[in-house]
Amino acid sequence: MGCSVTEGWRASGLGPQAAALPGPGILRVLEPKWRTARARIRQERDGIGGKLLLLFLVGGGFWSGTYVLMERVLRYLKATPEVGPLIASKILGVALLSFLSLLLLSNLITALSSFFLARDLDLLLSAPIDWLRLYLAKLGENMLHSSWMVVVMAVPVFTAYGVVFDGGPLFALVAAAALFPLLVVPAAIGAATTTILVNVFPARRIRDLLTIIAVLAAAAFVLALRLARPEQLARPEGFRSLVDFLTVLQAPTSPLLPSQWAADMMMNWFTRVADPLPIVLLWTTAAAVVVGGAWVHQRLYTNGFTRAQEGGDTRGAARVQSPVITLLLSPLRPQQRELFLKDVRVFFRDSTQWGQLILIAVLLVVYLFNISALPLNTGERLPLFVTVMVIFLNLGLTGFVLASIAVRFIFPAVSLEGRQLWLLRSSPLDMRGLLRSKYWTGTLPLLVLAVVLMILTSVSLKAPPAVVALSVGTIICITAALGAIALGYGAVYPQFETENVAQIPTSFGGLVCMMTIVGLLGLIIAIEAGPVSEYIQLQQAGQPGGTTGLMVGLGIVAVVCAVATWLPLRVAMRKLEQMDFEP
Amino acid sequence: MIRLTDLTKRYGRFTAVDGIGLEVPKGELFGFLGPNGAGKTTTLRMIAGILQPTAGTVEVAGHDIQKDPVAAKARLGFIPDRPYVYEKLTGAEFLRFVAGLYDQGGAGVESRMDELLALFELSDWKDQLVEKYSHGMRQKLIISSALVHRPDVIVVDEPMVGLDPKGQSFLKDLFRQFCDRGGTVLMSTHTLEIAEAVCDRIAIIQRGKLAAVGTMAEVRQQTESHGQSLEQVFLKLTGGAELRSLDGVFGD
Repeated sequence: MGCSVTEGWRASGLGPQAAALPGPGILRVLEPKWRTARARIRQERDGIGGKLLLLFLVGGGFWSGTYVLMERVLRYLKATPEVGPLIASKILGVALLSFLSLLLLSNLITALSSFFLARDLDLLLSAPIDWLRLYLAKLGENMLHSSWMVVVMAVPVFTAYGVVFDGGPLFALVAAAALFPLLVVPAAIGAATTTILVNVFPARRIRDLLTIIAVLAAAAFVLALRLARPEQLARPEGFRSLVDFLTVLQAPTSPLLPSQWAADMMMNWFTRVADPLPIVLLWTTAAAVVVGGAWVHQRLYTNGFTRAQEGGDTRGAARVQSPVITLLLSPLRPQQRELFLKDVRVFFRDSTQWGQLILIAVLLVVYLFNISALPLNTGERLPLFVTVMVIFLNLGLTGFVLASIAVRFIFPAVSLEGRQLWLLRSSPLDMRGLLRSKYWTGTLPLLVLAVVLMILTSVSLKAPPAVVALSVGTIICITAALGAIALGYGAVYPQFETENVAQIPTSFGGLVCMMTIVGLLGLIIAIEAGPVSEYIQLQQAGQPGGTTGLMVGLGIVAVVCAVATWLPLRVAMRKLEQMDFEP
Repeated sequence: MIRLTDLTKRYGRFTAVDGIGLEVPKGELFGFLGPNGAGKTTTLRMIAGILQPTAGTVEVAGHDIQKDPVAAKARLGFIPDRPYVYEKLTGAEFLRFVAGLYDQGGAGVESRMDELLALFELSDWKDQLVEKYSHGMRQKLIISSALVHRPDVIVVDEPMVGLDPKGQSFLKDLFRQFCDRGGTVLMSTHTLEIAEAVCDRIAIIQRGKLAAVGTMAEVRQQTESHGQSLEQVFLKLTGGAELRSLDGVFGD
């Protein structure tokens, strides 16, 4: 009596061996993750060639496009005496500030999963792992999940700067030295903030709270950037004097933020200024934030983890279904009705989806704000090129906004069934029915939004009625197609194992899906460019006609979009029918 | 009611289920036993239409699950071993959703739901999100969902996992009564006492193949294990009857 199980275990001679084991290192803690990734690649080896080719084409196209655009802008700025390099520096500062904000946002969202809700935590916490190693391993994992997209985006931007400003091959090292602490700082801040919040707020509410904080931060950032009108820097005539303009340019955007230090570090390299302050500030701050984060982790993590495992809040969640909805859905068969209701309920009760919805709303507000600032409705007679460009810019941007929404909400539709797919597969629901339900539940609201958005922006631009009709017709075709493309890619590249819904759109499939939609938008704009130019030209010359061309253009677009709708849905259905799903 | 003909499932070079032939008639409670990784769950998932067989056929109530899946699945209720359900639906919404999948709705479904929720002692929880349910409650909800459309055949994988003794006892009675009223149950389980107590016939699967099929007496006869318990028969067929030395595990 009095001898606990642990003591007995130790007394048996088994304990000391376990205690004598050296604590597993950071790489050992992360081993299951990279081994899982490697196993997944091996499992998919059959289709890896096609996947790599797709990645090469899509990624290469994206990088090349960004690089070419950046290089042109930077060369133009470099050739502008006095102010050019200053504006380039300013752009770099703003770009890095954007990266920092994005990183902080995504680290905040993913830290809760990585540190408190991940499935491997039970195993890791019951193993003899030193707290610091666990912290550093999880910090690294969180940083990798949150930062890879930003790094992908940064590569062509930094390359363009290095080439245009003669950074030389060593600039790659300088850029890496500037970027790495910039990734570490938000990762450590995100982890520490989450740990503190988990200790303060009820466990299951924390995700809601984090999402709201993150979304509000993003909204404030986007709106602040828009309201600051950085494009005014390109119009020096808006300033009272050149001195004012230069003063604004020379003042750092955010002198106390690591993004500015990183920008200064790179610009110092280009201008051959030997100033160690930015690099010292960057690295010491990163180190200090990690030490601070470790301190928070040591003191608060165990308690926070325990709280995070406690049950959810006890609020009643069920709401009586509105009689209006019941009436609206009454013509549907029970199977169609219940599938639709299930998707809507699951969507609106998931705070992560709500967060994304608010983010999209912010994007829409910023978009409408920008469109209203475009020069088509100034009353002046604009050159044909500008008029046509603004019309297509609107079409392209509306398509892009819709594509973002489709990738956010329609692409994850199949993945979200994940562990419940057993239920659908063992029921008499055929996959065609499932796909049809998913397609219309996602595409119909998008279609309504697309038409409203296109009419609003076209009216705001005072576009001719024939062009408005063409734009509305085109956006209907595009929306039908992009709903199918998003659903198709979602079925071909499902993410059944994901722990965070918000990470599904940023997966490989989501990325390729987005790029495919952008490619389709480019194709459609190319098809309609000729007829629209001809029509505007005739209108400006006061001559009738041109509408036949518009109708032919719309007809071709309709055919292209019909194919782009039919093909992904067919591929998705075959994939779903053949899918062997093992939860 | 269930007929498997030369049913095979391969994953690359690995054969999980190797040419199984089996018939479970109407009104029978059939136990499907075997060690871990023997192919039980894969077989059950093929019967439920979740996995596609590499070869062979599955017939449920006279309908081929591959050729006529809707008709076959309409007669079937499947209970998986792990209770994955939509966390953001309430218990009542989940049952209504499942009934909808079988194209059933209206007042009939509502009263059936109330009956089942009361039967499984979930009435007080019916308007709570599933994310608040315990493992056992989720298992009960899934069992309710498999019954909501009044199936003729129930295919159930490890039904007792997560249930308390009262729940286990209730479930045994439920399956027995279901079969006594003309239903058919194909149940995989590791709990040999339960199989011995309630099953009319059993099959023991080993490395994807059937090692023995029949009533308890027939299986004992087939394996020349007269007078032995089902556990002894099971260990004899699947290996591991001999006590292994654990020196390697607990020794220095």
